[in-house]
Amino acid sequence: MTQDIQATLSQFIASQILKQPSRQISPTEPLISSGLIDSFSLVDLSLFVDDTFGVRIDDTELNADTFDTLNELTELIRERQA
Amino acid sequence: MKTFAEILQDAYRQVPDQVILHLLYNQKPAEHLTYRTLLQGAAGYTRLLQDSGVEAGDVVVLILQHGSDLIYAFFGAVLHGAIPAIMPFLTEKLSPEQYRKSLTALFEITRPAAVITYPEFQAEVQRANVHNQVRSVLVSSQVTPYGELEESWTDFHGLKRSVDDIVLLQHSSGTTGLQKGVALSHRAVFNQLQAYSAALHLNQDDVIVSWLPLYHDMGLIAGFLMPVLNRIPLALLSPFDWVRAPYRLFKAVSDYYGTLSWMPNFAYNFCAAKIRPRDLEGVDLSTWRAVINCSEPMYWNSHQVFLERFAPYGLKEQALATCYAMAENVFAVSQGGIDEPVTVDRIDSHAFVSRQLALPAAGDGPSVPMLSAGRPIANTRVKVIDDKGRELPERHIGEIAIQSDCMLTGYFNRPDLTEKAFLDGWYLTGDLGYLANGEVYITGRKKDLIIVGGKNVYPQDLERLAGETPGVHAGRVVAFGVFNPETGTEDIVVVAESEEDLTDQPEKAQAIANEIRRRVTQGSDVALRFVEVVGRNWLLKTSSGKIARAANREKYLEQIRAQETAQS
Repeated sequence: MTQDIQATLSQFIASQILKQPSRQISPTEPLISSGLIDSFSLVDLSLFVDDTFGVRIDDTELNADTFDTLNELTELIRERQA
Repeated sequence: MKTFAEILQDAYRQVPDQVILHLLYNQKPAEHLTYRTLLQGAAGYTRLLQDSGVEAGDVVVLILQHGSDLIYAFFGAVLHGAIPAIMPFLTEKLSPEQYRKSLTALFEITRPAAVITYPEFQAEVQRANVHNQVRSVLVSSQVTPYGELEESWTDFHGLKRSVDDIVLLQHSSGTTGLQKGVALSHRAVFNQLQAYSAALHLNQDDVIVSWLPLYHDMGLIAGFLMPVLNRIPLALLSPFDWVRAPYRLFKAVSDYYGTLSWMPNFAYNFCAAKIRPRDLEGVDLSTWRAVINCSEPMYWNSHQVFLERFAPYGLKEQALATCYAMAENVFAVSQGGIDEPVTVDRIDSHAFVSRQLALPAAGDGPSVPMLSAGRPIANTRVKVIDDKGRELPERHIGEIAIQSDCMLTGYFNRPDLTEKAFLDGWYLTGDLGYLANGEVYITGRKKDLIIVGGKNVYPQDLERLAGETPGVHAGRVVAFGVFNPETGTEDIVVVAESEEDLTDQPEKAQAIANEIRRRVTQGSDVALRFVEVVGRNWLLKTSSGKIARAANREKYLEQIRAQETAQS
């Protein structure tokens, strides 16, 4: 389950946000604080999470304090789905 | 003519209880400032500057985020007769090191007497102050609120300034932008506001709603000073909040009966694509009389997607408006879409590309829909010139040159740059375009400037950052913009030559590309869309040995097209 969420997120980020479909994203790689995902793309990510996993991330939570890595985002999704 | 401080004093005396500013936040309730609160808050900062030995005419740099501190500090400096300059705040993705470097560069040119920031940021600013150009680094927590002002006006040096003194500085971003602080006088700002207000038919029923940053001319002038100095209410959001929740703009227009807003072109696409219907429930946009597209190339299609998305909420087609503006003219040069719908000029693609002519398209031949930027505002003259400075007839594409009574006093402490910017009393904008039936059309840029999301980005800044990446051949990097119709703005592309041949090592090339991306984002706060690591001698150079940006852009696009053809 965790694996599936991570793979889905990773694929979305690589192909839709970074436009590098073959790019591997490590589960512990910083995404927001590193600038890999810019502020214009954060809202795309939150819309995708909402549509795909039925989990709402409020706009006030779209920062590196809430999640910065695939691991952290996956955990947040799992917690809210429970 | 009066000065800023005199206009504010009048408002304080005549309409102290008028609510002039609604500061909106996403994590706390809005603040509603009357002229009394505004001026008393500002006076607290004036006293801080007095006590710190800052003098009238000194520059005060403000490094503060969206909120009342920034507003008070700005007007506090004005009341003191000092010259405020607002800088972007450090964002989480920008590296502190690079931010410090750009502050150091700013301090060297501008030599501010003081910086005002938050207590937790004071040490950071002090570290950037390597040559001790800044006399005092002051913090917002030192400020105590001021009571009644009537006893104190005589202490405020801002009331003794002349209309030809410099009232503020406005910078573009990046190392290159920070070298050019646009210095504006009270007279220039008021001449602009008078001409621009007339073009907009600005009146007491207007309410301006803005999410634009105050360190940018569009936000500072249209989305801040014009309303506050004209007693027109303003609802102000943070750009940081807006980009995470664009629906908040629409909610603010609906809640405050907003009539006027300004946005760069990309925001039309961004808002249309990224708002959930449930976030727009109950929103009414019928009061919006002008949504003004400004500060990057404007596209017909962006207006269409915006209209389609928001018409169901009351957005009127005639509200779509356009503007051509630059900090050097304080703000607006021309305005369209107020008295009549924005003109769409369909021009012949072939004559446009091959002959530099904007001829009306005949019949069903290939054409480009150009959005008019409207007519020059009353105090500004516009002409189009060729590369020898000769005026061109209508529908000939050349460089836009302007003349007005609201031009900059100069680039602060850079008389050399100021002199270069003018030719026979005309300011050379670096923008390419044409005139037709008295309306201004912008077609491109003469300078290699990238405009992404309304923000000016100098390619040389990105090339320097990318060129410092290990594995990249020194000096062999090029950065350029490519328009993306989906986002309505430019994607930034970096092409870098590697030191060694990496044809057989794609992972290594990828690692270098990742590192370039990281360095550029953290160093410039600009995200790259495509990073291409290529072999030696891929990049084309000019005869003088410089990397030719336009030629390399063409080569890159050529290669992409060839790949796409091969795939299909």
